[in-house]
Amino acid sequence: MRMRTFAKRCGKEILRDPINLGFGLGFPLVLLLLLSSLQANIPVRLFEIDRLTPGMTVFGLSFMTLFSAALIAKDRESAFLQRLYTTPLTPFDFIMGYMLPLLPIALGQSILCYLFAVPLGLTPRVHILWAALGIIPMAVFHIALGLLCGSLLRVKQVGGVCGALLTNLSAWLSGVWFDLELVGGAFGKLAGALPFVHAAEMEKALFNGSFEAAAAHLLPVVLYSVWVTAAAVLCFLGQMKKQ
Amino acid sequence: MQAIQITGLVKRHKKRTAVDSLDLEIRQGELFALLGVNGAGKTTVIKMLSCLTRPTDGDAVVDGCSIIKEPEQVRRRIGVSPQETAVAPNLSVKENLEMICGIHGFSKEKTRAKVSALSEQFALDDVLQRKAGRLSGGWQRRVSIAMALISEPRILFLDEPTLGLDVMARHALWETIGALKGRVTIILTTHYLEEAEALSDRIGIMKNGRLLAAGRAESLKAQAGTDDFEQAFLSIVQEGRR
Repeated sequence: MRMRTFAKRCGKEILRDPINLGFGLGFPLVLLLLLSSLQANIPVRLFEIDRLTPGMTVFGLSFMTLFSAALIAKDRESAFLQRLYTTPLTPFDFIMGYMLPLLPIALGQSILCYLFAVPLGLTPRVHILWAALGIIPMAVFHIALGLLCGSLLRVKQVGGVCGALLTNLSAWLSGVWFDLELVGGAFGKLAGALPFVHAAEMEKALFNGSFEAAAAHLLPVVLYSVWVTAAAVLCFLGQMKKQ
Repeated sequence: MQAIQITGLVKRHKKRTAVDSLDLEIRQGELFALLGVNGAGKTTVIKMLSCLTRPTDGDAVVDGCSIIKEPEQVRRRIGVSPQETAVAPNLSVKENLEMICGIHGFSKEKTRAKVSALSEQFALDDVLQRKAGRLSGGWQRRVSIAMALISEPRILFLDEPTLGLDVMARHALWETIGALKGRVTIILTTHYLEEAEALSDRIGIMKNGRLLAAGRAESLKAQAGTDDFEQAFLSIVQEGRR
């Protein structure tokens, strides 16, 4: 009950912020539109709508980090969290309350991307359902990363780190914008060591119904999600203690 | 009967001592104001009593429960309105009140009754549907105090409730706080001397983490040998005498 009430509040705070809605939900759609228009004039295989859309749903998840980090940092700075620390809410209630409402938002964003891509030429298929569900491990990674950043950074820093840096890193290292094999070298190795490209490849594989290929990329994504969630929980508890 | 009994409370941050061996008793139903210049340790005292920060040494019994041994029990007995505005900005005033009811596990019926009673008590009817973040500072503080009272606390901590408010808003909030006197034990920190003098039953004056004096405004004035409370405050703080 307590956790559900707090989670409901967090969801409302995020969804009632017009900037969140504009950037988080609108930006990936605008990119889909622009890149598919580009593809229509200058054919680039990477930007074919069936290849681009799954990658875009993964890129869109980077905004979940921004949403959760901004909310937590604001709550810390405004003393709202301080007030709630004097109530019967437990650390588990706080952590789940911040993380859970973002999962349906992430799922909604992914489904919205696929629906938006259909009139742009995306082939409707039943595998879209698996692809939409397949973003959950990476969504957990991004939401937990937000919990981590929100526990450590101030509101202004969150804008820079999660808004600018992370969204760019997520875009470059996921192989959505350019073929990572063409760059290769240290950049390619770095991308391979991080979860972004694995999440994008897993999503593409699920969309194509290649479950074996998807499974090959699942482990790094899950490992990163678990690791970042553990770090986020520790950092959140640490800042709770500091209060 | 004592609502709060503080014994040898100490808070050290690395090399700095924020609160130094504080001994104090606050009676049930009393409105006790903690006065002091910046860095006197007022907010740290509130944070320790409300179990937000653990004391380095000493203990306090809040409504019969130790802040060291029974912090969960203490949290069930207190309400806190922090120094900064602590409302959910994108939620309406009604949703803010309902959220705190939900966090305290109230039923739907009890929530409805509570929201109705508090909006009447704090004259919130006109702003109930407005987003809390869009309200003026004075209204936000009023909502913040109403939120602190939802759990029907026996002890209410108000940390600088009128800081940054204009004269009108400050006086309106004084009336609100004054109306609570006697029903709830209130511990209030403030920079405004006239606020402490007008509202409090007793006043404690702190400096550098130490309680320099505590008593009724009249007795503090008598102690400092002046009729003016501001002079009394200055004299006590400057001389650091008890």
